[in-house]
Amino acid sequence: MIARQAVPLAIAIGAGLLMAVSYFLRPLGWMSESASEIFNVVSAIAFVLGAGSLLKANLSTISRRDRGWGYAAVTLGAFLVTLVVGMGKMGVNPSPSSPQAAWSGDQQTAETPFGWIYEFVLSPLSATMFALLAFFVASAAFRAFRAKNAGAAVLLVTAFVVLLGRTYAGVVLTDWMPGWASGLRLENLSNYLMGVFGSAGNRAILIGIALGVAATSLRILLGLDRSWLSREGGG
Amino acid sequence: MTRQRMTWIVLTVVFVGLLVARGFVGQGLGRVYVERGEVSLAKDGRSDQGEPVWRTVPRDQAEHAWITWSRVTPKAFAEAQAKEPGQDRVVLSWPRTVGLWLAALLTLAIFSFLYADNPAYKLSESIFVGVSAAYWMVVGFWETLVPKLFGAILPGTVKAMVQPSLKVPAFSPWAPGTWDAADPAFWPWMQQWGSMAIALVFGVMMLWRLMPRGGWIAGWPLAFIVGMTAGRRMVTQVESDLMAQAEATMQSVLPVTPGLSAWDLFWGTLPGILVLVGVVCCLCYFLFSVQHRGAVGGAARVGVWYLMITFGAAFGFTVMGRIALLAERVEFLLDDWLWLIDPNHLRS
Repeated sequence: MIARQAVPLAIAIGAGLLMAVSYFLRPLGWMSESASEIFNVVSAIAFVLGAGSLLKANLSTISRRDRGWGYAAVTLGAFLVTLVVGMGKMGVNPSPSSPQAAWSGDQQTAETPFGWIYEFVLSPLSATMFALLAFFVASAAFRAFRAKNAGAAVLLVTAFVVLLGRTYAGVVLTDWMPGWASGLRLENLSNYLMGVFGSAGNRAILIGIALGVAATSLRILLGLDRSWLSREGGG
Repeated sequence: MTRQRMTWIVLTVVFVGLLVARGFVGQGLGRVYVERGEVSLAKDGRSDQGEPVWRTVPRDQAEHAWITWSRVTPKAFAEAQAKEPGQDRVVLSWPRTVGLWLAALLTLAIFSFLYADNPAYKLSESIFVGVSAAYWMVVGFWETLVPKLFGAILPGTVKAMVQPSLKVPAFSPWAPGTWDAADPAFWPWMQQWGSMAIALVFGVMMLWRLMPRGGWIAGWPLAFIVGMTAGRRMVTQVESDLMAQAEATMQSVLPVTPGLSAWDLFWGTLPGILVLVGVVCCLCYFLFSVQHRGAVGGAARVGVWYLMITFGAAFGFTVMGRIALLAERVEFLLDDWLWLIDPNHLRS
């Protein structure tokens, strides 16, 4: 129980207090730097954990011949090919500034197999996945947004003004307005809504989030919030 | 045969037919051209730090030489051919042409989900999951683990193979005889090495989760991450969000330009006043420990109006971002792949 509950709690409280205190005490700044370095490296190693979980889940799907096991095999194949090509820096020329070091070259260019995978597989797929959301957001908005009350109507009108104000259509539609009413042109109205009203709302939300994060962090550092511990204590 | 399958077959046949027809009309479609370059280097002495300095030399004198291929426009290929028919400096790149077609087909496969879920979409989705998991793992390995972790633990190897600019310290963790506390470089090295040793131990503990037994060991590095994030966020969020946002809100109502007329002063400070009122009213709405009655209730109602405008603007902005991405994908299909449009004059 000590190893599963008390030690992790002590580590969390110690690391957290160290970070908080070193922010105010400059001589302890090196501790904060070291903790950040450790954090970065442990985060990078966490990718290996994610990859391990992916392998485990897909191999189990394939071995059980579950529904869609062929797609699991494709995932696994794509993963392994990218991993081997990237880890081995296959086909990468050394850096011109240090050609004596075989692995000194940059592999993020389309000349290399890893760069090829990024440019012709990962980048188009991720961009298209996000582009697909345009249809779903529009479809969801069409079904969910109804001007049932004044507040919802304001939301809809603002969204419409911002959408139009950011396109050439908005500029053309209100281009006829005289100079003294230029503030009502869609592009200016859009900027005003975002810069004044949107800015106020966003600031209030940010202040609320900051207070919430500070309160939750304090609860963790004081050992009052242990919800993260109970999930990880098992094994 | 179901109606959906029939639709798919008809769409595929029409699409392939149009694609074949497009191949025979005009300049054709979907090809990538590259220009050949050469890098030929020979050693030219050593720098002050003792590192070799390299200079470009003719290929027959080079110690290290390789060929590079950089992408050029189809127009550049046509010009090179017109100048010197049969030249081999600017050529068709088969790997990149195959890549372009693959990217286009994957794009269409993802868009096919708009009609219905189908095997082409599922296949693309599976490839996406596998490739992106490996991609971020490789990036984490080469950009964080190699320079930081291996650079500290195996500096000689990293310097020889990957990062020649890395300074190999005079101290070795395995030979305490080399340690010299009086050397100004000793303590920074010790700090770096110690941090990476702890990181390595935590990393191994984290990977223990994949073992059949003793998964709780992974809770220790997780506790470190949770505690560190909490400690860091507690102070930085208060400074960068709470204090900075409050300061910016206050400052926006202060007139900074002297000598303004009352009318100009009013219009100049009005946006700042509206922002200040909005922030206070929205915060009143977020205040749940006081009943929303009287002045607080009135302010909260004004705050709701501000929030509605904020959410509307955020929604419009998000939709615009997605539509921009969609336009970029459509441009890729019509310009880079099908060569139906040429907004950047790459072919004419």
